[in-house]
Amino acid sequence: MSATPPAGSTSLKLARSNRQSSARKRADRFGDVALRLICLGAAVLAAIVLVLIAKEVIEGAQPAISKFGFSFITHHEWAPPLEKFGGEGLILGTLITSTIALVVGAPVAISIGIFLALLAPTGIRNVISPLVEMLAAIPSVILGFWGLLIFGPFLQRSVEPFLHDTFGFIPLFGKPETTGASVFTASLILTIMVIPIIASVSRDLFMAVPQDLQDGAAALGSTRWEVIRGVVLPSTLSGMIAASLLGLGRALGEAIAVSQVIGGGTDSHLSLFKTGGTMASIIALQFSSAVSAIHTASLYYLAALLLVIGVASNLLASWVGMRFGSAGGAMR
Amino acid sequence: MSREQQPFDPTQPLVATGNLRRRHLVSRVAQGLAIAAAAAAVAVLVIVIWAVVSHGIKAISWDFITKGEPDGIAPDLVGTGIIVGIGTLIAAPIGVLIALFLSEYAGRRGSRAVQLLMDVMNGLPSIIIAVFIYILIVAPTHKQSGLAAAIALSIIEVPLIARGTQEVLNLVPAAQREAADALGVARWRSILTIILPSALGGIVTATLLSVARAAGETAPVLLISSIFSGDTLQFNPLQPLPNVPVRIFQLSEEANPEGFTEAWGLSLVLIVIILVLGLGSRALLNRSKRKLTR
Repeated sequence: MSATPPAGSTSLKLARSNRQSSARKRADRFGDVALRLICLGAAVLAAIVLVLIAKEVIEGAQPAISKFGFSFITHHEWAPPLEKFGGEGLILGTLITSTIALVVGAPVAISIGIFLALLAPTGIRNVISPLVEMLAAIPSVILGFWGLLIFGPFLQRSVEPFLHDTFGFIPLFGKPETTGASVFTASLILTIMVIPIIASVSRDLFMAVPQDLQDGAAALGSTRWEVIRGVVLPSTLSGMIAASLLGLGRALGEAIAVSQVIGGGTDSHLSLFKTGGTMASIIALQFSSAVSAIHTASLYYLAALLLVIGVASNLLASWVGMRFGSAGGAMR
Repeated sequence: MSREQQPFDPTQPLVATGNLRRRHLVSRVAQGLAIAAAAAAVAVLVIVIWAVVSHGIKAISWDFITKGEPDGIAPDLVGTGIIVGIGTLIAAPIGVLIALFLSEYAGRRGSRAVQLLMDVMNGLPSIIIAVFIYILIVAPTHKQSGLAAAIALSIIEVPLIARGTQEVLNLVPAAQREAADALGVARWRSILTIILPSALGGIVTATLLSVARAAGETAPVLLISSIFSGDTLQFNPLQPLPNVPVRIFQLSEEANPEGFTEAWGLSLVLIVIILVLGLGSRALLNRSKRKLTR
């Protein structure tokens, strides 16, 4: 292409380069189509895997679904030897642990986001931000192991008796058990897991709030907190909800750490200080020791429920982000 | 303000009074709480890391790293390396191609759909991926295998690699694409020879981060590669391979003090690997971002 044709043979060279370039063009047309198809293929493959996951899990659960139907959700007895399976206790355990994780974790995480994005000097932010992300990088099995040996016994010795003595009239704060394994420990481990997720998303959200808006509020005499309360938080509300839903999805589906610290009970109760179980953790604990086909199918049933809840919370998160995030964008 | 009817006194020092003082106090308290929240998160990190280091260091020795059971964990390390390696080999090309599709080919609607797909995949509980691979591969063949575990991990890694790669692809300056277009370079050539190479640093970073995540994932491996004996090195991915996270999980379920010591040691090794991968990839990312946005 770069060679300049010598005078005289211009027409000859032109003809040759035309021929060459038409071959090249054909190759390029082929290459363009091929690369586009390969990329599309990768995306389609991912979609197929997702659909397959749903299909296989629900099909695996079929025996349990046809045997127990929807009463699986409201029935609380989980007795593998008697072939009686009801998920109410586990669903309740899942809801309680993730709700606590979210109620405790989201405000803390959003405060961390505020600190990192709006309050901390750059130098400190560049140190704390990676540390918060490091917390997210700790494998759940290690967090669970720490919870089992150190955190759980600590809570059982010092925190649970205090809460029981002070708030014992509320059924949530029943009598502590002798080991550290409890719904309470599991909830706090989940809290530790969701905090870095929500914190890093909300930090990015707050960083994106236009400086002009904040300066305007400050110029009108707002204090730093009033700028945050009046400008930053309202304009990022949808994003914070989406981030919390992401954290919720993570908490609902965590199997390993929870199964290490929750004690593996399956009955339905409200006391935080007793052992319990969640849907994900019981799959991890009982899968390899399932005693019958219907036991395995019931575990698949739990997985299918978990899948539906997990996908729903994810879709809700992106819907909230998109639907209300775009309204926020228009405001800017 | 108006209820303070005091005459203006220029000799008074300029201090906030009444309502303003209260607002300043509220603001100060709110900032203090935000700082406390950040401090608490860092404190939890320090406490956990300290527990792992102080207990784990007792287990660490040369034999611990290089020998099999009962002295050491070498087979677990090798097994995790093989499983994560194969998983990454599967996931990296797919993740990069999906990112290319998102940034180069998909229209508005298509890219939104694929983005949503990636988000849902990323949010799937890993235990469900484990159950899926169990039904798909382990149950029909009646055999656990390292390869099946690798496939499960690759499903976790794909969305991570795709998102990381896409972020860097978006940083490639539009001028580079336009220059290539103006020279008449075909789209696929400019993608393969200009855009991908300049995003390479980011792709490697995303891949390393996904490796760090996959190395610590327990749930997918637990159902799929958990029946093993860790006394000799094993390299065959068609057999169940010993691996670090599942070993920690198993040891934590047995109430055995010696097992706990070994589990602390395993945790320390795993955390060091993950943190080194994380810090290394972060440094790499900063370097390549600087290059791209210069």
